[in-house]
Amino acid sequence: MRLLKLVPDNTNIDFLRWRMFAILFSLALLSASVFFLATRGLNLGVDFSGGQMIHVAFQQPPQLDELRERIAGIDVGEPTIQEFGSPREISIRIPRAEDETVEQANAIATRVRAAITEHYPGARIDSVETVTGKISEELAWDGGLSLLFAMLGVAAYIWIRFEWQFGIGGLVSLIHDFTIVLGFYSVTQIDFSLNAIAALLTLIGYSLNDTVVVYDRIRENLRKYRKMEIEPLLNLSVNETLSRTINTNTAVLLAITALLILGPDVIYDLTIGIFVGVIIGTYSSIYVARFLLVPFGVGPDSFVPKDPVSRAERGAGRNEGFDGAQV
Amino acid sequence: MLNFPRWKVWGISLICALAVLLGVPSLLPPSVDAHLPAWAQRIHINLGLDLAGGSHLLLEAETGDVARQRLEAMEELMRTEMRRSRVGVAEVSTAGGQLSFLVRDPAQLDTALIWARGQGQTVGIGAQRDWEVDNEGNRITMRQTQGGLDLAIDQAMAVAREVIDRRINALGTLEPTIIRQGTSRIVVQVPGLQDPEALKALIGRTARLEFKLVDSTVTPEQLQSGRAPVGSQILPYAEGGQGARIAVQRRSIITGDMIADAQQAFDPTDGTPVVTIRFDSNGSHRFARVTQENVNKPFAIILDNVVISAPNIQEPIMGGSAQIRGSFTVDSANQLAISLRSGRLPVELNVVEERTVGPELGADSIRLGIIASIAAALVVMIFILVTYGPFGLFANAALVLNGLMIVGVMAFFNATLTLPGIAGFVLTLGAAVDANVIINERIREELRRGRKVIDAIENGWKEASTAILDANITNTIAGALMFYFGSGPIRGFAVVLVIGIITSAFTAITVARMMVAIWARRTRPKALVL
Repeated sequence: MRLLKLVPDNTNIDFLRWRMFAILFSLALLSASVFFLATRGLNLGVDFSGGQMIHVAFQQPPQLDELRERIAGIDVGEPTIQEFGSPREISIRIPRAEDETVEQANAIATRVRAAITEHYPGARIDSVETVTGKISEELAWDGGLSLLFAMLGVAAYIWIRFEWQFGIGGLVSLIHDFTIVLGFYSVTQIDFSLNAIAALLTLIGYSLNDTVVVYDRIRENLRKYRKMEIEPLLNLSVNETLSRTINTNTAVLLAITALLILGPDVIYDLTIGIFVGVIIGTYSSIYVARFLLVPFGVGPDSFVPKDPVSRAERGAGRNEGFDGAQV
Repeated sequence: MLNFPRWKVWGISLICALAVLLGVPSLLPPSVDAHLPAWAQRIHINLGLDLAGGSHLLLEAETGDVARQRLEAMEELMRTEMRRSRVGVAEVSTAGGQLSFLVRDPAQLDTALIWARGQGQTVGIGAQRDWEVDNEGNRITMRQTQGGLDLAIDQAMAVAREVIDRRINALGTLEPTIIRQGTSRIVVQVPGLQDPEALKALIGRTARLEFKLVDSTVTPEQLQSGRAPVGSQILPYAEGGQGARIAVQRRSIITGDMIADAQQAFDPTDGTPVVTIRFDSNGSHRFARVTQENVNKPFAIILDNVVISAPNIQEPIMGGSAQIRGSFTVDSANQLAISLRSGRLPVELNVVEERTVGPELGADSIRLGIIASIAAALVVMIFILVTYGPFGLFANAALVLNGLMIVGVMAFFNATLTLPGIAGFVLTLGAAVDANVIINERIREELRRGRKVIDAIENGWKEASTAILDANITNTIAGALMFYFGSGPIRGFAVVLVIGIITSAFTAITVARMMVAIWARRTRPKALVL
């Protein structure tokens, strides 16, 4: 039986040769993300900006203009009306007015609901979310904190587990992935809600999971081949772990794709974030996380115990290596 | 690594079987599940509101209310006590959140001070009291301490929780979850509720009912300016049209705590919905006495500081019951009756967050979630099979076991499955493969290096375990933070993620290894297709 090998045995791709392209590619993605985040920003959902989100399933696809007028007619500010999954299903987003009180917000929800059931008999109100200003601020604050702690937490873990260069390498690649996924939310203007935070947190755990497996191999190789130069060693480690990276991420992407296509629309904002995150994470664990180690000075000495005896041995070993190379 | 004594094999198999069995009640259709014994039904995964449908309300108390009410109560008490001890007081003020008053006769200052200092209780373990008393000459000030206020808020919230519980239970067979959150919030979750409006109306009402005599000495000018004479207050009048007001005496005849029962009924004369209330014995006596003394004078029925009606006392009411008329519908009369029966809320509660999901949408989500999960599992398993061949079978067996064990562990802890939780489940199915991939890739590598099959398998497992452990720890950190900071649905995601990490590490490292070991021992493979 022949088995599928997405990555052939004994690959020896010179990833380092393409390093410049990778750097340019990353920079391009990063600057595009920052640009969109700065100019368009995120389409903050009710979780973080307050206001109301009402999902309605109509019996027939409604005239959107007519619906918009009817809802704007009850004095609720500027409603955003969109199809949600199918033409029969509509999401109505009502922004939170400045210094709106709780009673007012609730009264608006009641009026909108009443208007819909009056004009569209048989319409089914599927969900209503109302978040007041104070709560949305708290949710945003908590969300931001959790992201920050997660990043620092995992970076610290890598630092403790490996060396500080690895911690920084992990953190930088994390910020890289994170910014690009945020940029994705900004370009597509997909609702940025608590689900998006969950997607980003998953990304943090996940992209580093990849990075850790690779770092593990780099460390192992650093111990095994003390005489090898750092750059070929990184290349070797990438090649050795490549099929693992590709296979695992293919499995995850297959699972997530099933969810994207078949799963409920309500969590589309979560799954699409994870989907993009996995792709970016795979790329960055090959390029960003690994080759960042070079400028930070990870070298053959990084994992050798720092006592005099072994230092002497190492010195001897290195001379041999040098001699060997000359012959 | 591949050495599994018999007892270990049995032990591991037993753990797996147990975990899978725990999941069974959750996976059975409800019709079958209902026939299981009660203890088995308790081992169940809860469905979050986004799947079951229902309302999640976050209520926040106006804690300023508590401070104000305590201050008012203390003023009332002070006036009564000083009158009884014949101490003349003047310039009573509650401005700035403290009660201050002047004792007219300096000789009586000590009496007043002793009384004031005797008020309140110590708070907590320290010597702090809930009221701080100071005097400057003849002026006594009483200030609420933070400790005292916190305690009062805490008690008020505890009562509020009880009251809400009673009110929701009066709505029928709902199974609400009512939890206090932080110092001044209450989370109310009611599954299976289609329309939360009635619930909100019920919870949002403080239901502070008072009967007071109307002060007919007040002039229209005073009403207009809103400045009431001493001993009276001016309140909005619901029946009198826009901006109508009415003056009433400050002292109540009846308060809400004297109500023994309240029911929605119809007025026998014209059939309009009304609320009839029955007083307790204390209330009946007071009401009888006051109505006897005030025949042909109006009294006001006040609900949450709004006068809802002001009928004339035609004759003394001795029966200990009364009827409240207002512009009620049957529903609103019924809601008021429930609110009055359940007692008043000690603080005003506002709905600051609402999330309601209709049961149909929830059912759709479950259906699509199950389809997506099965599809995801299938594509992943096919992928693993074509990639790793016979070894893929072990990985796939571990994957299926992993899925069942997640369900079992969640059921054991009565964890809540939410919609993002389903996404977490699917993600875990993909990610759980990781451990097997790491191991199989290692074995391939070892084989390429020319090791013998058994050695390669042995070494592959040994070398891979640190990488698997490390990789899972980063995910656990992210999952734990998600759980700590996240709210409802996101927590559901984190729970599945973390449980999935643990079960997948177990199934991949232990169970799959055991299966491979048994297989290797039986077949003694010389070559391996991998």
